[in-house]
Amino acid sequence: MLNERQLITVLQHGLPLISRPYAAIAEQIGSTEQEVMEYITAMQARGDIKRFGVVVRHRNLGYQANAMVVWNIPDDRVDELGGCFGKFEFVNLSYRRPRRLPDWPYNLFCMIHGHDRDDVLRNLAQMIDSCHVGDMPHAILFSTHCYKQRGAVYIHDQINGNDHLTNKSDIA
Amino acid sequence: MTQAVRSQQQLHRLLNDFQHSFPVSATPYADMAAQMGITETELLAWLQALQDEGTISRIGAVFRPNRIGVSTLAAMAVPENKLAVIADLISSYPSVNHNYKREHHFNLWFVVTAENQNRLDAILQDMEQRAGLRVLTLPMEKDYHIDLGFPLQLVHRV
Repeated sequence: MLNERQLITVLQHGLPLISRPYAAIAEQIGSTEQEVMEYITAMQARGDIKRFGVVVRHRNLGYQANAMVVWNIPDDRVDELGGCFGKFEFVNLSYRRPRRLPDWPYNLFCMIHGHDRDDVLRNLAQMIDSCHVGDMPHAILFSTHCYKQRGAVYIHDQINGNDHLTNKSDIA
Repeated sequence: MTQAVRSQQQLHRLLNDFQHSFPVSATPYADMAAQMGITETELLAWLQALQDEGTISRIGAVFRPNRIGVSTLAAMAVPENKLAVIADLISSYPSVNHNYKREHHFNLWFVVTAENQNRLDAILQDMEQRAGLRVLTLPMEKDYHIDLGFPLQLVHRV
């Protein structure tokens, strides 16, 4: 029987670059190649895996700039405007998050990528114009340094171990 | 590395098409290579090189947020002279997968993932204690955008 938890633990680190990666994963978790492939397909079908493939680092591909643009939107308009933001090709996420008053008044977040800072600002201007949000309070948080970026690790090999004692960061 | 230099078009194809449609077959790299008109060996060497140089982080699954485990965006307002040290501390947690400096009073932004809410809360509390700073936690409440990967325009940009 395939253990979903074990499969996720292995999958979150990525597929090995060898001829039969699913067979290698199966061996690691005491399953079969066929079972692993079926399970991945099933997780994709039910949306637990929303994307399966090459995960790129945008920064290393000439997409040097990204800004998190945060908005203070009236509660009854968040769905409408979140949807409007999410339609642009240069927006790669549009999320509602809680306000944390008084420190943090913003409840809608979108991430805008671009080749450089001006490119991001042009994209933002286009979005503001198209969604008619020129009068909505917002802040533009450009990222100026990436300390760490890798796939999410939800499950650790040693669940009860001291999380911070094992630094397995794969980013220099 | 003695492999032939790949064309921009091939790189574009590799990075764009296979962000979504990576084969779930016994020999996925061979299948991918066949679609691109190169050999499996060439493709594997190429992927390894792209991974080594940091262009791709991995071939793998992007799980739906909060479907497998829980996660939250978090931020800290760190005094500039302590930023490097605190950033390293935060990055040292295996549960942190993104950690960025951003231009704002809240200048350190990171994502924390865990198996369940209790574990997540414990990690956040541990961070506050060790950093001596409050953590602003901003979990996703609603997703208005399905991540379909990132459309790359490497060759020509209009």
